[in-house]
Amino acid sequence: MIAAHLPALQVVVPLLAAPICLLLGRGRWAWAFATAVSWLTLAIAVALLSQIGNGDLPGYAFGDWPAPWGIEYRVDRLSAFVLLIVSGIAAAILPYAWRSVAREIPPEQQAIFFTALLLCLAGLLGITITGDAFNLFVLLEISSLASYTLIAMGRDRRALTAAYQYLIMGTIGATFILIGVGLLYMLTGTLNMADLAIRIAPLQESRTLHTAFAFLVVGIGLKLALFPLHLWLPNAYAYAPSVVTAFLAATATKVALYALIRFLYTIFGVAFAFDAMLTHWILLPLSLAAILSASLVAIFQDDVKRMLAYSSVAQIGYMTLGLALVSVTGLTAALLHLFNHALMKGALFLALGAVAYRLGPVRLTGMAGLGRQMPWTLAAFVVGGLSLIGVPLTVGFVSKWYLILAAIEAGWWPVAALILIASLLAVLYIWRVVEVAYFRPRPAGAEAVTEVPLALLAPTWALVLANLYFGLDTRLTVGLAETAAAGLFAGVAR
Amino acid sequence: MSARPVLEAIAKLLVPYILLFGLYVQFHGDYGPGGGFQAGVIFAAGLILYALAFGLDKAMVVAPPALLRPLSALGVLLYGGVGLVAMLNGGSFLGYDHLAADPIAGQHLGVLLVEFGVGITVAAVMILIFFAFVGRSE
Repeated sequence: MIAAHLPALQVVVPLLAAPICLLLGRGRWAWAFATAVSWLTLAIAVALLSQIGNGDLPGYAFGDWPAPWGIEYRVDRLSAFVLLIVSGIAAAILPYAWRSVAREIPPEQQAIFFTALLLCLAGLLGITITGDAFNLFVLLEISSLASYTLIAMGRDRRALTAAYQYLIMGTIGATFILIGVGLLYMLTGTLNMADLAIRIAPLQESRTLHTAFAFLVVGIGLKLALFPLHLWLPNAYAYAPSVVTAFLAATATKVALYALIRFLYTIFGVAFAFDAMLTHWILLPLSLAAILSASLVAIFQDDVKRMLAYSSVAQIGYMTLGLALVSVTGLTAALLHLFNHALMKGALFLALGAVAYRLGPVRLTGMAGLGRQMPWTLAAFVVGGLSLIGVPLTVGFVSKWYLILAAIEAGWWPVAALILIASLLAVLYIWRVVEVAYFRPRPAGAEAVTEVPLALLAPTWALVLANLYFGLDTRLTVGLAETAAAGLFAGVAR
Repeated sequence: MSARPVLEAIAKLLVPYILLFGLYVQFHGDYGPGGGFQAGVIFAAGLILYALAFGLDKAMVVAPPALLRPLSALGVLLYGGVGLVAMLNGGSFLGYDHLAADPIAGQHLGVLLVEFGVGITVAAVMILIFFAFVGRSE
């Protein structure tokens, strides 16, 4: 009986856990409860994935209203894949959260912090699982409003302006998405994604459809931090609390990419999105510009969190580049990088959070000589960095391999070369940290720093090991991504 | 003698009717225009008028923030709880048909409870937002 309700529970459990968290009041209880809930959501995501493995696509009709009229949840390989990584990251980050939050958030705000974190998780999972275009907008607003709150809780006062900037940009993005969905509804009279796909097909020449398409792509582009709409991202990531940066960097932009893929492939269809609207000719130059310019800017950052934030903008460029190649291999690469980048950035930001736990705001100069004093934390940072660069045996290598393969398959040698050049830029900015941490002495007079507690190290290393594991055993990730990509191109749910 | 006799007299006259109208919009929402969100806003507007006329301190005695916070969470839980009960009774999440033996009675009960949950949360959050803004300047 419970198996049939899993698609609903995936979102309902964290959504209802959030107000309970607020009622618990005390920070420590709220944290323990939120952690248990995050593990439960991961278990649900795994169960949904195994249902798909058994050959069926779980669906759910809310309030017993059948599909085209009511709100429908529908899980295929693409959504199960994203559900797995989002809930997995949450389950890894929440055990870490207690120590870090106790250091960075005042006690009276801790319960609110975990409430907002659970709401954000519920919204992100909901966007991924819903089969209803308007419901997607609602859940996007739930996750966005929660993330503005979370960012504003940063210790630095600049967190407030960063959150405000994100609020304005994010709201413009959400409004564009709403306008796009509204136009689609006006045109077709339906909001169900599968139904929309059928009804849009004969309307390819409609000006309204073209307008809706433009609004949706730009709106999602803002949430995705697609170059040049990424201006909110570096400040938001740099000034948010450590846990929030790790969580948002690993999940929020990934879910926005999922929404873009969902709209482009499932609703509008490959023929309309790429052959008629030529989306790839917009995505390609923007992706390349993102990869090169953000990597270059990252090299010159002094704030290490900000450096990784710019690196995120570049990595998002790799994902949209995969889309711009318009091939099954390209889409596979984009999906793989979605999953793998969540693991790398999760590990890197958690390692930085551990440094921040000891040092406060992490400036590059402040990290001098830390390699000896915090060996495990810095080792985690190095492995995460290697993965970001794309060294073999790590997940970064797997996704870059597929991306270069797709570029060569399309005959775009210069693009393949640019991907390699950008990887060298990543070597540069990661090396700056390694050089300072390992090869410079601790400045005279600086207070001695010791390794962080196991409660911070264990989750960080769990993600680091996931980076290595999924870099070696690619059956699950590549298998899911390839099947999902082939299904999206064929226009059938798999 | 207060400094603003007209304002206070009018507020005293209006506040009960505003609150009553809020409850009307809340519980008549099943049959006519209205519902939890509108009712919550109207109810909160009544208390905000009270706060404007008599000051923040007195308003905080009537509607203590320590009470409003749990209420804002309880409204959401009432909404979700109705959904879960429907699920336990063998329907889908929020499948009101399964709330009572008779599906029509179930639909009535479901909408009533869900809208009540919305009303509680909206009223509590509206007042809390007002308190947060006004409290900042003092």
